[in-house]
Amino acid sequence: MSQPATHHNKAAAAFLKNGQRAQWHDETLWFVRAKRDKAAHQIPEWEALRNLGSQIKEHTLSNLDEYLLQFEANAKKNGIKVHWANNAAEHNQIVYEILLHHNAVNVVKSKSMLTEECGLNHYLAERKISVVDTDLGEYIVQLRNEPPSHIVLPAIHLKKEDVSNTFHKHLHTEKNNQDPVYLTRAARQVLRKKFITADAAITGVNFAVAETGGIVVCTNEGNADLGVHANKVHIACMGFEKIIPRAQDLSVFLRLLARSATGQPITTYSSHFHRPKAGQEMHIVLVNNGRTEQLGREAFRNSLKCIRCAACFNTCPVYRRSGGHSYHNSVAGPIGSILAPNLDMRKNADLPFASTLCGSCTNVCPVKINIHEQLWSWRQVLMAEGYGGSAKKASMKLMTGVLSKPAVYRLSTGMARFFMRYLPFLVNNRLNPWYKQRDMPSAPKESFKDWYKKNRNHE
Amino acid sequence: MEKRCKPVIMKVGLFIPCYVDQFYPQVAVATLELLERYGCEVHYPLKQTCCGQPMANSGFASMAGGCDKNFIANFSGYEYIVCPSGSCALHIKEHLHSAEEPNAAATIRERIYELTEFITDVLKLEGVKASFPHKVGLHVSCHGQRMLHLSSMSEKVEKPFSKAEALLSTVDGLELFRTSRADECCGFGGTFCVTEEAVSVSMGNTRIKEHLANGVHYITGGDMSCLMHLEGLLKRQKIDIKVIHLAEILNTQ
Repeated sequence: MSQPATHHNKAAAAFLKNGQRAQWHDETLWFVRAKRDKAAHQIPEWEALRNLGSQIKEHTLSNLDEYLLQFEANAKKNGIKVHWANNAAEHNQIVYEILLHHNAVNVVKSKSMLTEECGLNHYLAERKISVVDTDLGEYIVQLRNEPPSHIVLPAIHLKKEDVSNTFHKHLHTEKNNQDPVYLTRAARQVLRKKFITADAAITGVNFAVAETGGIVVCTNEGNADLGVHANKVHIACMGFEKIIPRAQDLSVFLRLLARSATGQPITTYSSHFHRPKAGQEMHIVLVNNGRTEQLGREAFRNSLKCIRCAACFNTCPVYRRSGGHSYHNSVAGPIGSILAPNLDMRKNADLPFASTLCGSCTNVCPVKINIHEQLWSWRQVLMAEGYGGSAKKASMKLMTGVLSKPAVYRLSTGMARFFMRYLPFLVNNRLNPWYKQRDMPSAPKESFKDWYKKNRNHE
Repeated sequence: MEKRCKPVIMKVGLFIPCYVDQFYPQVAVATLELLERYGCEVHYPLKQTCCGQPMANSGFASMAGGCDKNFIANFSGYEYIVCPSGSCALHIKEHLHSAEEPNAAATIRERIYELTEFITDVLKLEGVKASFPHKVGLHVSCHGQRMLHLSSMSEKVEKPFSKAEALLSTVDGLELFRTSRADECCGFGGTFCVTEEAVSVSMGNTRIKEHLANGVHYITGGDMSCLMHLEGLLKRQKIDIKVIHLAEILNTQ
């Protein structure tokens, strides 16, 4: 059984210790959210488009088995080799065996959150296969031996000086040269060589089209194309939820994805891969890893509609102030908080509580996932399963006991002020976290109830 | 400016959030007087306690049965139930259930209104007769906004509207200021404010900073819980901005 990770609130408090940096992080991501707003508002039919996107995904999830099989059949017809992996371990093993078969030891990989979820880099490194992440942000965090902190902007937690220091250490760039053009060129020089000298290319998948058996990969750097075209083996890894029924559905999702992610009308590259080129082998690994289990959880199944745009990250005031690493899961932010407990309840029991339930995530989501309601529902499931601890349960029991009995409630209130003793945020005790940075509300002479009895009582 | 379209007397059950009863009785008094002023017959059922939201949001909705039962016993039979809190009204609207009295629970879920919603949609007042000659910032509380649709939201492509702003715009002398992040959460979030203390405080401070930049004297809103959190920060930092519930402003004569 897994152990709970560092609680989100502790990691968040550590993140906020550097106030200036935390403020910069918040403002940077708010800027991305504002860009998204501007892009969305240029589409008068935006809400209709969200509805359509949501409906296509709901339909797909209701017929997931059929669409996956249709995709497999069509992909095979196109000459693609299709593999099925039930979990992360199977996925990693399949990829490893393909690479082994081709004696591949150097691999270039474009961005894929699925391979992060499965821990592929680490698995292959242990087997003496080197994987280089070719998305610039991914490359930066890989050099630092850190996981990405954001699914679209993996190195968004880092500032120019951090990148400068990292590149100086690993790529021997000039010390303290923080010019983005200089640093990007340095990374480009290294990565170009990697593309050319690699033995195989791995990519993620943004959309897999059942009716054509082809996949679409969206990047802004063209790094997926470079990797695939320069290599004899292409392995595309995808979770089951990436499937869409028809090619025409792309007209909905490609419009929603980039606008929601970065405020761009479309990503610089939307690369369609339908078949291997002459002399190349193309593999697709279809990965379950808990997705069918989530599909079976009625309250949570529609989290599988997610197209990984990260709009919910950028809008979330908690994410912006705690950083992606505080979520201790490959997918952070509000969507990560409803996906993670499905993978491991004990480890991720804190995540559904890392939210004020403000509902901004639900309304920014391009495919209308009711994220904040699922956060609420996960709280109920996790407490029912006993992940809240017995002390919390006992104090809740005490509180509900009093609150459901008006006579006891009346005895408890009055001068003693029930809430100052029981309501967690108003406990009149200097150890209460409320009091650390906030004053307590001052207790008035009389409660409204007492005032009402004197001034209005009709009974 | 003060127009009444519905002259019939409405029987209103007044639902006052527990912490308002205890810490902000003036908000409850203002709500009561306001409703009476507009011709409602208002009763405050004395045995009401709490809607059960603190337990439910902590993951213990399963324990809220007693609260539900008590709420139903107190509020059955009222044509309208009005609450000066979007968050507590929402909790009842979404989560009040009873295996023994499913119909009574369903009726209450339909009859519960947040105060500005009731004034705008039921009383159909186009304005209020009130005077508050001050610079005021509006704090938009999330549950009222995004779940009860008391105002449009910045995430959506929709026609802008705000029930609170429409009412405040008819108050004599009141100068209303919007913040740059018009509808970002203040970070209260119920027990979140203590379990995620650092993030909660940081969120509240962002709100305060934006109101400070506008030079307001008051921050108002429809949910005293958000305002209580902001007030705690303001007082600790000795910032000269007061919090005041919308009902108190609308009830000024």
